[in-house]
Amino acid sequence: MSNNSLVSIADYSKEEILSILDSAANFEVNPNRKTLDGKVIATLFFEPSTRTRLSFETAVVRLGGSIIGFSDAATSSSSKGETLNDTIHMVSCYADAIVMRHPLEGASRYAAEVSPVPIINAGDGANQHPSQTLLDLYSIQKTQGTLENLTICLVGDLKYGRTVHSLIMAMSHFHPTFKFIAHDELKMPDEYKVFCMKNNIPFTEVTELNDNFNDADILYMTRVQKERFLDLIEYERVKNVYTLKNEMLANSKSNLRILHPLPRVNEIDPDVDCNEKAYYFKQAQNGLYIRQAILSKVLNLNL
Amino acid sequence: MSTKELKVAALRNGTVIDHIPADKLYKVVSILHLEICEHQITIGNNLDSAKVGKKGIIKISDRAFEEYETNKIALIAPNAKINIIRDFVVVEKRPLSLPDEIREIVQCTNPVCITNNQPVTTRFHVLKLEDGIVLKCHYCEREVNRDKVKIK
Repeated sequence: MSNNSLVSIADYSKEEILSILDSAANFEVNPNRKTLDGKVIATLFFEPSTRTRLSFETAVVRLGGSIIGFSDAATSSSSKGETLNDTIHMVSCYADAIVMRHPLEGASRYAAEVSPVPIINAGDGANQHPSQTLLDLYSIQKTQGTLENLTICLVGDLKYGRTVHSLIMAMSHFHPTFKFIAHDELKMPDEYKVFCMKNNIPFTEVTELNDNFNDADILYMTRVQKERFLDLIEYERVKNVYTLKNEMLANSKSNLRILHPLPRVNEIDPDVDCNEKAYYFKQAQNGLYIRQAILSKVLNLNL
Repeated sequence: MSTKELKVAALRNGTVIDHIPADKLYKVVSILHLEICEHQITIGNNLDSAKVGKKGIIKISDRAFEEYETNKIALIAPNAKINIIRDFVVVEKRPLSLPDEIREIVQCTNPVCITNNQPVTTRFHVLKLEDGIVLKCHYCEREVNRDKVKIK
């Protein structure tokens, strides 16, 4: 196994996280370099994820590297029944690192065990998506000037949303206060609340959005997905309760920034987009610098 | 020798696994792969036991087990007793201890875990928490309480 793989945010210590954020800031100043010149990066997307794939591929191209891979399992040999083990061994003959998205949970950990080249997990089912977490941290640090002692409101699907779960784990290094805002059917699972308690992280839970984020520094919105509801009448009733509108921001703190992993559906009204507190598109752009920093780290490149 | 012990034939040399809860007996058989073991095996089940109500017992002739093998039983029958017999005499009473990692015998409860969909050997980390023992899948990270564990 290549020890340089990035499978889960928990693989990185606080120091490694901070070093990745520093490196990303460096790439933001100059994202066009030739440090990947002559390197081949494979992007294996066993399930489609246009946004994540384009972000990684742009990161590679702007560093002068080349890309091989596929964007849909239907066009890969796995559709013929090839095991993940075999696909990884085959691709590692050609590529210096593998960026992988896979629908099965744990696929990335397994790939990292069998692969002679580093694996970067670009999402394994509902399990881990560490580059998203790192770009969230980068966005928080950039907008607040620090990661320490912030109040973070998490809104929407807190039950199934892996981005919010990983964010709690990653922020636990930096003394946060959390507020969980979700419908009863989508509230934060007990294991994460227990995690907060064990790590002395204060949190509160409410079920209404309204202006419950007026004391927050970060408002992290997530998509409430129709398919998560057993009762569709309940979904229709609550879907707009968690929609953020521009007027709701009137009494929020001046340093508040709104994040969203995207794509959004109706949880942020388009009238919020022109508010200076809306940061979600810039957040997506930050993903490019973070992925350049991750690629450089797993390949031990000198910047 | 009491009449109770005579219900299962005495063993000259080998291993006796006693005080297995009756409903776990066949899982112990499976964990130790006794279905493919060629030595003489005597299995008793639903025997009266003051300790566990109904118990099972397994006697395997002329076979010794490594500790890592018998420790696999600790997951489902932590109070089972392992006795190593030579010439009808117990020469070793081996305590069971739950290993930190369990491979192969446990199935992940997550249907979309890689181990349930591809030829991947399962690996679980044994977490000894205040409120009980939890197994965490090395791959998908799903946790399951000891009493809900699915043995393959």
